Amino acid sequence: MDKIRNEQIRGTVKVEQFGDKAREARLRWFGRVLRRNRGYIGQRMLEMELPGRRRRGRPQRRFMDVVKVDMEMVGVKVEEAVDRARWRQMIHCDFQLLQVTVRDALNQAMDEELERDERVFLLGEEVAQYDGAYKVSRGLWKKYGDKRIIDTPISEMGFAGIAVGAAMAGLRPICEFMTFNFSMQAIDQVINSAAKTCYMSAGLQAVPIVFRGPNGASAGVAAQHSQCFAAWYGHCPGLKVVSPWNSEDARGLLKSAIRDDNPVVVLENELMYGVAFEVSEQGLSKDFTIPIGKAKVERPGNHVTLVSHSRMVGHCLDAAAVLAKEGIECEVINLRTIRPLDVETIEASVVKTNHLITVEGGWPQFGVGAEICARIMEGPAFNYLDAPVIRVTGVDIPMPYAKILEDNSTPQIKDIIFSVKKTLNM
Amino acid sequence: VLKVLLSLSNTARNIDFINGISLCIYGGARLVGSTRSFADFSPQASFDIKKCELHRLDQGPPTQALLTREQGLKYYRTMQTMRRMELKADQLYKQKIIRGFCHLYDGQEACAVGIEAGINPSDHLITAYRAHGYTYTRGVSVKEILAELTGRRGGVAKGKGGSMHMYAKHFYGGNGIVGAQVPLGAGLALACQYKGNNEVCVTLYGDGAANQGQIFESFNMAALWKLPCIFICENNKYGMGTSVERASASTDYFKRGDFIPGLKVDGMDVLTVREATKFAADYCRSGKGPILMELETYRYHGHSMSDPGVSYRTREEIQEVRSKSDPISMLKDRMISNNMASLEEIKEIDVEIRKEIEEAAQFATSDPEPPLEELCNHIFYNEPPMEVRGTNPWSKLKSIS
Repeated sequence: MDKIRNEQIRGTVKVEQFGDKAREARLRWFGRVLRRNRGYIGQRMLEMELPGRRRRGRPQRRFMDVVKVDMEMVGVKVEEAVDRARWRQMIHCDFQLLQVTVRDALNQAMDEELERDERVFLLGEEVAQYDGAYKVSRGLWKKYGDKRIIDTPISEMGFAGIAVGAAMAGLRPICEFMTFNFSMQAIDQVINSAAKTCYMSAGLQAVPIVFRGPNGASAGVAAQHSQCFAAWYGHCPGLKVVSPWNSEDARGLLKSAIRDDNPVVVLENELMYGVAFEVSEQGLSKDFTIPIGKAKVERPGNHVTLVSHSRMVGHCLDAAAVLAKEGIECEVINLRTIRPLDVETIEASVVKTNHLITVEGGWPQFGVGAEICARIMEGPAFNYLDAPVIRVTGVDIPMPYAKILEDNSTPQIKDIIFSVKKTLNM
Repeated sequence: VLKVLLSLSNTARNIDFINGISLCIYGGARLVGSTRSFADFSPQASFDIKKCELHRLDQGPPTQALLTREQGLKYYRTMQTMRRMELKADQLYKQKIIRGFCHLYDGQEACAVGIEAGINPSDHLITAYRAHGYTYTRGVSVKEILAELTGRRGGVAKGKGGSMHMYAKHFYGGNGIVGAQVPLGAGLALACQYKGNNEVCVTLYGDGAANQGQIFESFNMAALWKLPCIFICENNKYGMGTSVERASASTDYFKRGDFIPGLKVDGMDVLTVREATKFAADYCRSGKGPILMELETYRYHGHSMSDPGVSYRTREEIQEVRSKSDPISMLKDRMISNNMASLEEIKEIDVEIRKEIEEAAQFATSDPEPPLEELCNHIFYNEPPMEVRGTNPWSKLKSIS
């Protein structure tokens, strides 16, 4: 039985959530009451206190209690009710664009590609009958069966090699690593058998394979399960490496990866799987792909450029929101692809803002940020820098377990804010 | 004249004798050619071949093999071409025209030729780095192989791959990482099963690679999913400089598949290899799952050109194998003693092959090296042109696929 979420149904028929609509009605009435002249009974009722003692127990909620919360949620103040048009505009709730979690986005992308091309199949540990270790492949085995969704034994080197061999014979496998930490066991097959083959054979032998799985830090899984492999895979020619942040990225990049005739490494993030994002109607179409090698400006700004990938993009946007209140407008770039790196987008941004900060979850030495620094220095944007490029990275240690230690091992929003203020000399 | 004729003919068949004499009398210049007409050769013969030791199999390949004259000549020609090609590569390497790695296959020709005779061109084959022989049997010309070894643009991989990375249709190299080709082979077999095209994949590895963990991972998955994969261990007794006794706790490589049935085959006899391969291919095609073959063979050269090959084995040992079990000699003797070919015919073939190899070597040494413009090409497949960073930031190179 398919699980169809409420958001999907609402999104399809373009209907708002009931609670949101009720809130809009309440605030509309409240505004109308405030705009009436003094002496209007409605106004008197707002502040009225009934005499006598109430019975014991929790105090009853009054209209003003509810409306205060509503106003906070929507972000309006009582004074603003005077301007009717503006009030109406501010409290209006639009039907929400479809909210899709990253997990569902990946699931849908794989489902659609499996349907579109018979040669596509998925293999990995627990991807079939268990529905995926992180439930990313939920429902696919039921729909496509043993031939297309294959559970493998715990033999990374073996099944990664098998996937590459199948790709050489013309199929289009998706090889899932339960986490990219385990891909180290199979990294010879990824690099030597997959990435280099097209070049070594002078174009005679293609390897249309996708390696995907969660990458980087999770929560409380300690050192052996928390490494970020963006720099390792991003180092090698012959590979394409993508790192989606939100659901639209996940859908578009995974689809592009599957349709690409070359080996692509898709670095997902386990902490992002459950996060829901709005996806536009265009983003939901079956042929929606995001070109590999193009970064996206998530938020325009003109004081400083923040470049990031995967989960850290969210942190950058949060930091930008906080800094905006102080008048610092950050331009946030979501790399989307690690290899090939879209330096042009970063350079264009640096020309505008003159300050650059890279943010990543991985270790600093020889990392993504280090590569961006080198490229910026070698390119035309160097002359537009008013300060050296700053790298905000994970701490240069194996990931600890205790929560306080783990929290302080990857960049937090305050680290980004601190770095922005430092580079802007504030 | 009569004495000369007597010494030329091998058997005392009167008709041939008279033919010979008549040829001599009526066409003096023809003395150089064959003194027999082709109609006098036996079209085929049946040979007893060595029985294979079996593991988890009730029945093995047949102990008799039928060889037609045509097949015999074809196998001889192919093996001799491979032999001369490898010796030419040896020569070119010593002249420093071939660089880097060069792992020669001479001595093991019967394996490559026997396997190819037992499968179809539409089947798949993948091997490790000692791959020149298989590259030839899978359809690449000697010219293209030698040119690849010398790193010229006429090479099968345009000079980009070298000795260990040559590819052809349904031939997946040529793989440099010891043992990595075995999971790849299992994956090719998975694709055959997936597509349902009744093809099999022959996956070769050596006695040295037989201890790699990924091979056992491949065995497990191949048996679990009943992949149509023929795993073949070419046991040439030495993994680089380490003899099998010093490397493996169990040298019964055909039994190492454990739950996978296995057979041990005399790899110096092309007929035994062919029958065993046919048997294995039928087994896989019937959907019973993978099978393992150990081919007992020998390499005359060292592990690679930088290894003289005598520090870990005696020259006497090499000489003994050469004189007693050389695959090409064995086939030649069989054919001649059963009147399936004449010495002259064989010599003619040898001359032709020598010429072919010389021409190929000539091409391989005179063909120009690949142009520098192609340095960055073929990184990706089916990709729009892109820019690649050169050795310094101002060097922006172009890459097309």
